[in-house]
Amino acid sequence: MRDYGFVSYSSRDDFFDRSRAAWNPGKTQFWLDQGVDLVIDRRDGYHLWDADGRRLIDAHLNGGTYSLGHRHPELVAAMNEAMTHYDVGNHHFASVARTALAERLLATCDGSMGKVIFAAGGGEAIDIALKTARHATKRRKIVSIRNAFHGHTGLAVNAGNPRFSRLFLVDEPSQFPQVDFNDLSAMESALRGGDVAAVLLETVPATYGFVMPEPGYLAGVKDLCERYGTVYIADEVQTGLMRTGEMWGIYKAGVVPDILVTSKGTAGGLYPLGAVIVADKVAGWLDEDGFGHISTFGGAELGCIVAMKVLEITGRPQTKATVASIAARLSRGLGDIRSDHPDFFVGIRQNGLVIGLEFDHPVGAQLVMRALYDNGVWAIFSTLDTRVLQFKPGLLMSPELVDDLLERLHTAVGQARDAARVTSGRAA
Amino acid sequence: MSAQRAQARTTDWGPDAAARARTLLERARWAADEFASFDRAQVDRIVRAVAQAGHDNAARYAEWAVRETGFGVVADKTTKNQACSLGLLARYGDEDHVSARYDADAKILEIPRPAGVVVALTPSTNPISTVYFKVMLALMTRNAIVISPHPAAKAASADAARTLHAAAVAAGAPADVVQVVDEPTIPLVDALITDPGCGVVLATGGTPMVRAAYGSGNPALGVGPGNVPVLVDATADVVAAAKRIVASKAFDNSVLCTNESVLLAEDSIAADLLRALDDAGAHVCDPVERDRLRAWLYPEGRLRTAAIGRDAAWIAEQAGFRIRPGKRVLVAPFERPFEEPLTQEKLCPVLGFHTVADATRGIRLARLLLRWGGRGHSAAIHSRDRAAIMAFGAGVEAMRISVNVGASLGSSGFETNLAPTMTIGTGFVGRSSLGENLEPRHLVQYTRVAYNRDAGVAFDDFAGLQPWTARPTPPAARPAPHDTARPAGASQTPDGRAGRQELDLLREEIRRLVRAELQNALGAHHG
Repeated sequence: MRDYGFVSYSSRDDFFDRSRAAWNPGKTQFWLDQGVDLVIDRRDGYHLWDADGRRLIDAHLNGGTYSLGHRHPELVAAMNEAMTHYDVGNHHFASVARTALAERLLATCDGSMGKVIFAAGGGEAIDIALKTARHATKRRKIVSIRNAFHGHTGLAVNAGNPRFSRLFLVDEPSQFPQVDFNDLSAMESALRGGDVAAVLLETVPATYGFVMPEPGYLAGVKDLCERYGTVYIADEVQTGLMRTGEMWGIYKAGVVPDILVTSKGTAGGLYPLGAVIVADKVAGWLDEDGFGHISTFGGAELGCIVAMKVLEITGRPQTKATVASIAARLSRGLGDIRSDHPDFFVGIRQNGLVIGLEFDHPVGAQLVMRALYDNGVWAIFSTLDTRVLQFKPGLLMSPELVDDLLERLHTAVGQARDAARVTSGRAA
Repeated sequence: MSAQRAQARTTDWGPDAAARARTLLERARWAADEFASFDRAQVDRIVRAVAQAGHDNAARYAEWAVRETGFGVVADKTTKNQACSLGLLARYGDEDHVSARYDADAKILEIPRPAGVVVALTPSTNPISTVYFKVMLALMTRNAIVISPHPAAKAASADAARTLHAAAVAAGAPADVVQVVDEPTIPLVDALITDPGCGVVLATGGTPMVRAAYGSGNPALGVGPGNVPVLVDATADVVAAAKRIVASKAFDNSVLCTNESVLLAEDSIAADLLRALDDAGAHVCDPVERDRLRAWLYPEGRLRTAAIGRDAAWIAEQAGFRIRPGKRVLVAPFERPFEEPLTQEKLCPVLGFHTVADATRGIRLARLLLRWGGRGHSAAIHSRDRAAIMAFGAGVEAMRISVNVGASLGSSGFETNLAPTMTIGTGFVGRSSLGENLEPRHLVQYTRVAYNRDAGVAFDDFAGLQPWTARPTPPAARPAPHDTARPAGASQTPDGRAGRQELDLLREEIRRLVRAELQNALGAHHG
């Protein structure tokens, strides 16, 4: 029996029944089938507590939403302080909070960007980016990569795996051609016709299992964009905000995009917020019709104030140095684990704290996810490549917690390997 | 009603606690002041008398402590009480923490400076031995001591402190050199440790108390909790290791904080080790028993304090299963060490058991276990691989590692050559200023009287002088000065008075010149 005041239930089964009935039966059941019966209760730093008091290290962080940790005390303080004076504000008017955050975001882009457009989340931000590119080029086609994920709003969903656009009959494949990642000639074929408004790329495709771009690929795509008059949109939702060890992964790759999209961690997991940072040359619609995209909650002032604190913390030299330390420690530790299980743990994809772990089994990452869960770690498999586990540690973890996390992973990989042998044996 | 309560609160919890603390500490300061002038022979007489009194009453207080707290085994507590009375005398009786000492080569004289008043917090698990221990150390170093025992052991502790005090005073110690609080309360303890009259706090106990000691604003030697991992690697003498571990776990029903909590066994010897543990008197739980034990021992995931210091049969019965007579330890194997309650500190004869692939994984896991709880405290290894022992010592963040010996008496210095102690320093890594086993020398500091290193300046022979009786030599008795040379031109008079007058005249002249210069510089306004 649990009583939260606003809800009480007699048992976990009772709660899951109610969740299935009133919220989302498919999702609720999916995780139960995966052996992850998580109902998150308390959260603090990089730890989550299940409703039964079981503690988990969070190595999912909702794709970087909690990169600075759950309920980071400085962010909570900024939010509380903001709450004494602000609310979401009125989206029509010039606002000190939005302007101040826009100036700070532009300052992270070395003078290459000119304007910031705010959204209530990542999907909306992608939609804004695509609309901006279409307006600037007067073209319609958007090229993305197969197995990409950019959110589930109207345009963004079309740039992703067709499973989600077909489900709702919103798929428009003729306007959203897709090419293979790391294939420059396929990209050139797609752009050569001169009718493509934008290439939309995650700097490291997350949901596809953090496949690392080959050296020169991103810069090559940018060159092609320039050659064919196409806007380059960097989806930095999972690679931005210092996760690669630099503020933006795309700049770390040596590419200056025309549009950069950030969300998830932008407001520290305390407020929904997305932002589209655009170069002046593609920002024309903001002069032509400033009401072109209206969003009541886009750039809500409470979120903007927290986001400024997020940028300040993320931009500290100490944060960057800590990310480098964590990445190096993880790189060493992951190598050790891999050398213990070379037949199962076959790949480490790492760019800073953007990490994918590859296992030699069709659902290897699901097995590891389950074993990690049993060992007190929450990390999620890649939806579009179930061999790869997304491993997303926080920017501010202590050395002790990193060691702890590695030890749990070591144990879990061994257990998943045993489980993989059993399932393979059964299959054979 | 509320006024009455307010009144009661004022009486029990309010200013009276501070006043009471100050009264105790003021008495202790007078005792310490007097004690500070005792010489080695006087101190020795007192320490011997107190050690003997402690030893004579070892069994009586062991029985009383078990009766009052329900923790532990009378015979083992008797052993510990003896070890902390005549045992400490045997170990430290020859050490001199009283006399001045000097090093002619270094040209440094060292004068002992005791803490003055030691405020000692003592636990419920080892109540009498800790009272004995702290009193012995205080007296060896000429400190007065005020003891605040754990409430659950207050009667036996207070009586033991008084017995030792009576023996000390009978042997010539100042009155009130040992005092004890009969009714310890949080405000009183707080007042004792924060009062400026407290010289040093000796905190042995739970984390909140140790943190409070460090936050007191007074010097503190605080020691944290343990949770001892023990690794048995593939090179170990498995049978010997099992015997030592079972004996250590059974000793006083595991209430020594140095007792093994989680056994990590290298895979290749794990089965042999479990058999050897069984042969040595341990009951190895099956999964059903293990689950029952876990559920009973850690309701809500936290240790059931009722289990502390109880015997294995009683605990098994509470958990819902029976063990054969003669079995003294419950071994609880578990597969996953993470978020496993059985990895926590137990303070009862239950031993977590987990198999590790190899010694390297064992070391890493032992390190994690201590980070979850017990960091800096102690750990143990059974191995014949010196490299593994070194790696364990380096990797596992404990300030002492017991090797091929039971950890209860190994890390506490009774079965190793570590300092025998009831107070285990957890070091910087365990948030303590003390990294060693507490011993007498930690309660006395030295004033260092350091001479000019230049070979031309002689050091003195201090033989026959005692710091507490030495007085400057009267002028009449002074020997002729070594060096009679004076600067040329200075007047020389036997008492130097004429020279002083000359100096005064010179100073006056300088002042006059400065005044004149300033007036010139600043102009008439400032004249």
